[in-house]
Amino acid sequence: MDYKLLIALLIPLIGTLGVMFKGDNENIREGISSVSSILLLLVVGSMIPAVLQGKTLVFPMFTILPGVSVTLRADSMSMIFAIVASSLWTIAVFYSMGYMRGLKEHAQTRFNACFALSIFGAIGVAFSDNLFTMYLFYEIVSVCTYPLVAHHQDAEGYNGARKYIIYLTTTAKAFLLPAMILIYVLTGTLDFASNIHDGVFPEGVSGTLVIMLYIFCIFGFAKNGVMPFHHWLPGAMVAPTPVSALLHAVAVVKVGVFCTTRVMLYTFGTDTMHALNLGIPTAYFVGFTVIVASIIALSKDNLKARLAYSTVSQLSYIIMGVALLTDPGIQGGLIHIVNHAFSKITLFFCAGAIYVASHKKYISELDGLGKTMPFTFGAFAIASLSMIGAPPVAGFITKWNLLIGSVEAHQLGILLILIASTLLNAAYFAPITYRAFFGKRPVGEPFTGIKEAPLSMLIPILIACTISVLIGIFPDFMLQFVKAVTG
Amino acid sequence: MDQLLINSGFPLLSVLIFLPLAGALVLLFVKNESLCRYLALAATGVVGLLSLRLVTGFDTTTDKFQFVEHHSWIETFNINYTIGVDGISILLILLTTIIMPFCVLASWSYIKTRVQAFMVCLLIMETAMIGVFVALDFVLFYVLWEAMLIPMYLLIGIWGGPRKIYASIKFFLYTLAGSILLLVGIIWLYTTNNYSFFIPDMMWQDYPLTAQVYLFLAFFLAFAIKVPMFPFHTWLPAAHVEAPTAGSVILASILLKMGTYGFLRFALPITPEATLLLGPYVLWLSIAGIIYGGFTALAQSDMKKLIAYSSVGHMGFVTLGIFVLNVDGLEGAILQMVNHGITTGALFLCVGMIYERTHSRELRSATGVGKYMPIYITFLAFFCLSSFGFPGTNSFVGEFMILAGAFQFGIANGGFPYLALAAIPGAVLAAAYMLRMLQKIVWGGTDNPDQSWITDLNSREIVTLAPFLFFVFWIGLGPQPFLDLIHTSVTQLLHHFDAHQAQQAVAAAGAIVH
Repeated sequence: MDYKLLIALLIPLIGTLGVMFKGDNENIREGISSVSSILLLLVVGSMIPAVLQGKTLVFPMFTILPGVSVTLRADSMSMIFAIVASSLWTIAVFYSMGYMRGLKEHAQTRFNACFALSIFGAIGVAFSDNLFTMYLFYEIVSVCTYPLVAHHQDAEGYNGARKYIIYLTTTAKAFLLPAMILIYVLTGTLDFASNIHDGVFPEGVSGTLVIMLYIFCIFGFAKNGVMPFHHWLPGAMVAPTPVSALLHAVAVVKVGVFCTTRVMLYTFGTDTMHALNLGIPTAYFVGFTVIVASIIALSKDNLKARLAYSTVSQLSYIIMGVALLTDPGIQGGLIHIVNHAFSKITLFFCAGAIYVASHKKYISELDGLGKTMPFTFGAFAIASLSMIGAPPVAGFITKWNLLIGSVEAHQLGILLILIASTLLNAAYFAPITYRAFFGKRPVGEPFTGIKEAPLSMLIPILIACTISVLIGIFPDFMLQFVKAVTG
Repeated sequence: MDQLLINSGFPLLSVLIFLPLAGALVLLFVKNESLCRYLALAATGVVGLLSLRLVTGFDTTTDKFQFVEHHSWIETFNINYTIGVDGISILLILLTTIIMPFCVLASWSYIKTRVQAFMVCLLIMETAMIGVFVALDFVLFYVLWEAMLIPMYLLIGIWGGPRKIYASIKFFLYTLAGSILLLVGIIWLYTTNNYSFFIPDMMWQDYPLTAQVYLFLAFFLAFAIKVPMFPFHTWLPAAHVEAPTAGSVILASILLKMGTYGFLRFALPITPEATLLLGPYVLWLSIAGIIYGGFTALAQSDMKKLIAYSSVGHMGFVTLGIFVLNVDGLEGAILQMVNHGITTGALFLCVGMIYERTHSRELRSATGVGKYMPIYITFLAFFCLSSFGFPGTNSFVGEFMILAGAFQFGIANGGFPYLALAAIPGAVLAAAYMLRMLQKIVWGGTDNPDQSWITDLNSREIVTLAPFLFFVFWIGLGPQPFLDLIHTSVTQLLHHFDAHQAQQAVAAAGAIVH
């Protein structure tokens, strides 16, 4: 019984209730959000030493049926996601204060409450000990983020939110639910295995059924953005930018890839995946998403849409790495959960800052803005280097491991996909920075009124950007969790 | 009579049956409307509290009937007043006794005319419903089964909506038509079983297969109409739409369970071979109901119709669980009956509360009330989530067990679980229509009517809904106490079923040898 897990789970929930009941005073409300986010970060941080010593913290909550329970656990894989989610929540809370107040958005209480509730779901997913607990929190995230996507309550907002909820709940019900029940029928339990090799399936289970289950799981966690069920993500960009930043670059989509990889490694296990030859076909399948999403990103002029398709592409890196089933591949995939999160949130924060400062949404309008907003665009440039995978920024660590992983798996095709996608990343990120710093303002449109974003937004941007660089230069802190996963 | 386990002493079941009836008699002499309401609440409340004694005194280690009472009634025809409880009926009795006080509460301000008569109908209804679940004599069962129709007919026909006469007559005729063949079946069983109406004696007998098939079809017609199974469901939306809130709640929560209870109590033990023979057809009919109910619910603009069609889908899951004939399926089915009673009952209460304010059941006139009724939508959201089987709520557990049973059925019978996979679109549709309704009520669109005048729930309404929410989470997160109550009866039922099969196989083999 490790109560720290329960406390970590309850902090965002209590924060939500606090926000709901103190919603009329915006200072108290946002004070509650900030304090909860910092408390969560501290509690998650306090679990690090035990996990690093190889301990697994467990907290059983409810038993539904024999073998089906709501149980929390913290092992090295959960810590990867928990650390990312809790630290970025802290940063995002401060950022969204600046953003929401800067734009004088409506229904800020609802916004803050749902924001905290989504983190509750994300932390629950990170600390899930079994497939049922994971499914429970996965669905909580789907439902709680609906109000955030529909926030503007205009036709565009409702359409985006409808697409969002239809994609996510339909795939979960149509694929995850039967997969979960069939796994229960075949094995008598929904618990995860204790390592990444064994999986849960006993000898003699029909291979056809296991392959079907595997496919169901890949598509069921549609938050992972794998094509063809990726379309909800660009649709969700109608949300206010802090939502796009925290949820659709970090919490929601990482819930998707975390669940997918968790199930690949801890339900199916590398041995079963090798035996049924599931790994490499998966890598090529998501490789398609990597390339195609990058090509679509190239064609988008709307900055958030380009970032969204970049996210779709980058998420598939994570699954691709794990699907290679070699140690460097799995490590490269899992570490990208961290690297992509910090860099992509920086990019979204910058997009939001640009919007608040200048009300510009399109890349073609950004010419010359870098001179008036040097810090924002500087951070944007550094974070996009991480996306491209250039040293010394975080993304390099991912690319390095993935390249080694593909070589070790003897997959020249994967290697080529990685190289091609790197070129594509450069092709759609570099022009943005170039236009901002070297482009000419259009004639007749002076810079009046546009100045650098307010400090409340700029500081979170710079913090996120700095961390992106730091985890590129000193990758060992996060890599030790990833290495513990592969054992 | 070895199935009986007589608990000597206090005749608890008789008290549960006759207390509401006594209350109804007292009410006949009360003129004051307000007093009527309080007396009805007191009667149903006391019955609810007394019924808790069933749980504390229930022996979960046996499948025998408990709290049995046996009195001679019409000796000429060997008709007796025999009642008892086992694991299959106990949860349904509790569901009835616990929901009834809230039906009274839900009618507190909703019913403004003929309050006294309304409450009398509710109380007589309760007597009949409890009686049906505890009757161990087939005539007693049949009398009470038919007796339920009259107060329900009146509830719809007097206090219903604009098309109440059409709806009440349709309800009456459908149910009556179904039960006439049931009567023929009962009489055949009576003559075959030494002129006895004692239900446990009729079970697990070696009736010829042809007779079993006819009996099964008679049972099926009666119970399938009651459930209602597709395509015998058309009375349900009409009745639900026109009925007053309390009537809809009783219909959805309790009356529909009579059909599935009938399958479990009669069809499986009395006609086991016919069940095996015809069960697969019932399974696919259940799938048809699940899908049909889902699509039809998705297309509704009337909130009550939407929930009514969702019931067709949900009850399809229950019959699916019954006829896969394994432990998970059957236990899931019984639990799902209770879950459907709680969740759908609560949803009808919620719609009734909107109706009291806007005087419309149209989804369009209820759009966007979320901003002005935060307490209401909190309740509504949880009940909607429960209705489509959100993990952590009651319906998820039931659905999970039923589908687990269906997957086992598929894997055991030839390898690939077609049946279970065919039910999955129903689960997807449930999420779609429930989220659609929830979205419309809470958010609406950009052209919502002005709802700023609407008032949030008062404390009576909160008290009415809160217990339902409590059970949604209790069964959702800790269903074991409920499953413990039914486990022995279900395993024994299946044990009898298997033993009977084995015996038949031996007899058949013997016949071939000779």
